[in-house]
Amino acid sequence: MSRYFTEDHEWVDVEGDTGTVGITEFAQGQLGDIVFVEVPEAGKALTKGGDAAVVESVKAASDVYAPVSGTVTEGNPALADNPALVNEDAEGQGWFFKLTLSDPSELSSLMDEAAYADFVAKQ
Amino acid sequence: MSEADLIDDTGPDDGGEPAILPLPLDAWHRARGGRMVEFAGYHMPVQYEGVMPEHLWVRESAGLFDVSHMGQLLFRIEEPAEAGADLDGALESVLPGDIAGLKQGRQRYSLLLAEDGGILDDLMVTRLPDENPFDVRGLYMVVNGATKFDDIAYFLDQLPEDVLINHMEDQALLALQGPKAVDALARLVSGVRDLVFMTAAAFEWDGKPLWIARSGYTGEDGFEISVDGEHAEALADALCEQPEVKPIGLGARDSLRLEAGLPLYGHDLDETITPVVADLGFALSKRRREAADFPGAERILAERENGPAVKRVGLLVEGRQPVREGAAVLGADGGEHGRVTSGGFAPSLGAPIAMAYVPAALAAAGTRIQLSQRGKVHHATVTAMPFVPHRYVR
Repeated sequence: MSRYFTEDHEWVDVEGDTGTVGITEFAQGQLGDIVFVEVPEAGKALTKGGDAAVVESVKAASDVYAPVSGTVTEGNPALADNPALVNEDAEGQGWFFKLTLSDPSELSSLMDEAAYADFVAKQ
Repeated sequence: MSEADLIDDTGPDDGGEPAILPLPLDAWHRARGGRMVEFAGYHMPVQYEGVMPEHLWVRESAGLFDVSHMGQLLFRIEEPAEAGADLDGALESVLPGDIAGLKQGRQRYSLLLAEDGGILDDLMVTRLPDENPFDVRGLYMVVNGATKFDDIAYFLDQLPEDVLINHMEDQALLALQGPKAVDALARLVSGVRDLVFMTAAAFEWDGKPLWIARSGYTGEDGFEISVDGEHAEALADALCEQPEVKPIGLGARDSLRLEAGLPLYGHDLDETITPVVADLGFALSKRRREAADFPGAERILAERENGPAVKRVGLLVEGRQPVREGAAVLGADGGEHGRVTSGGFAPSLGAPIAMAYVPAALAAAGTRIQLSQRGKVHHATVTAMPFVPHRYVR
């Protein structure tokens, strides 16, 4: 399994042609207490860089973009009742949705963990 | 994720011309971990440890807010005063409140009105007692930071030439808010317990003069403390050394005032809105209504008599997703009949709330309405404000 990162602070874990997407630890820290997450429904087609989900803190709503193109297979059902999971475990149990990648070659444009750490250090 | 929410300017300065001005406590906020953002032309802390814990701390203990971006103005008559000089009458030409009836040390909420009765700003005005740190006989006023320069220009244009206006740009303003604010402040400044809500007086701390009002913008008991900017850091340090007090950012200031049902100028109020439409009819003093001698009086009194066509109301939003400023209020026909002007998650209620302008037919408490945000329909119920009861000490 490999983990990739976007400059918009999403992560995607890829295993075969299945990806699991969430926002990074850095992003949840910047947002503060998360009070609502709107995840996409199964079957929704997403385009790399397009709107995929919405995350709401006390003070603002933020769009979450699809790190890669594909078709959603599942939104994280645990976030409906417990959006704070994103604060507690952004890069684990606080995942947003899973999708089937339609173009795995898109992954080459994303950052690996070390590159993302460098990117965040410059923020 | 969308970038705008993640950008802050806490990082090192790039050495260019400062387009945004620092306030007296700028370094103090940064040293305490405040995340700085641009607000009303200044760098201001939006949060320290987080909006949610800061909000809840103010409701149960006490929080220190730096509101030095707000405009602190003094009004007086030029000496020697000519016969017939009338400071109160001058202010009453642009405000609908009974200024002449304002006793020394009494504070009043009022509205700066355009000629047509539209709201140019909302403000607090206080009659200075004989003893005050500004050594002025007249009125002290606090106006919004984002509107202060426009307000001053309007006053200069509208008021007689013998009315002198002093904008105290070097004066800091600190708000200490919460049920334990009085305990913390009384330890440093004796006598503040004697103030009641909407009164103000001169005090001293560490030999420095303070001007303190018992009022605020959170719905809680609390104080607003005007202090020379040079002494602001020392006072802020002394206040935050009190076990009840933590520094609080603008994020929680906004969620606290929303729960308290208090409008925010530039969002819930603007020049197209009149006092009655804004549900701020209490700012129209009885004597002024009877005399009908304030800007826009004919229009405003007709709205008061017949009921306004639209009105500011509070909304309890169903579900967990906040409905924010800009969302549409839908009518029975599915069309847009109003707008949400403030909205967010209410930490003290654990639910989303909002303020909106709705047609009179939808304005009664208990009315269930539909809102539309980013293509999604939300349900809400009109409710009396405040959402969280005020706890002023009267």
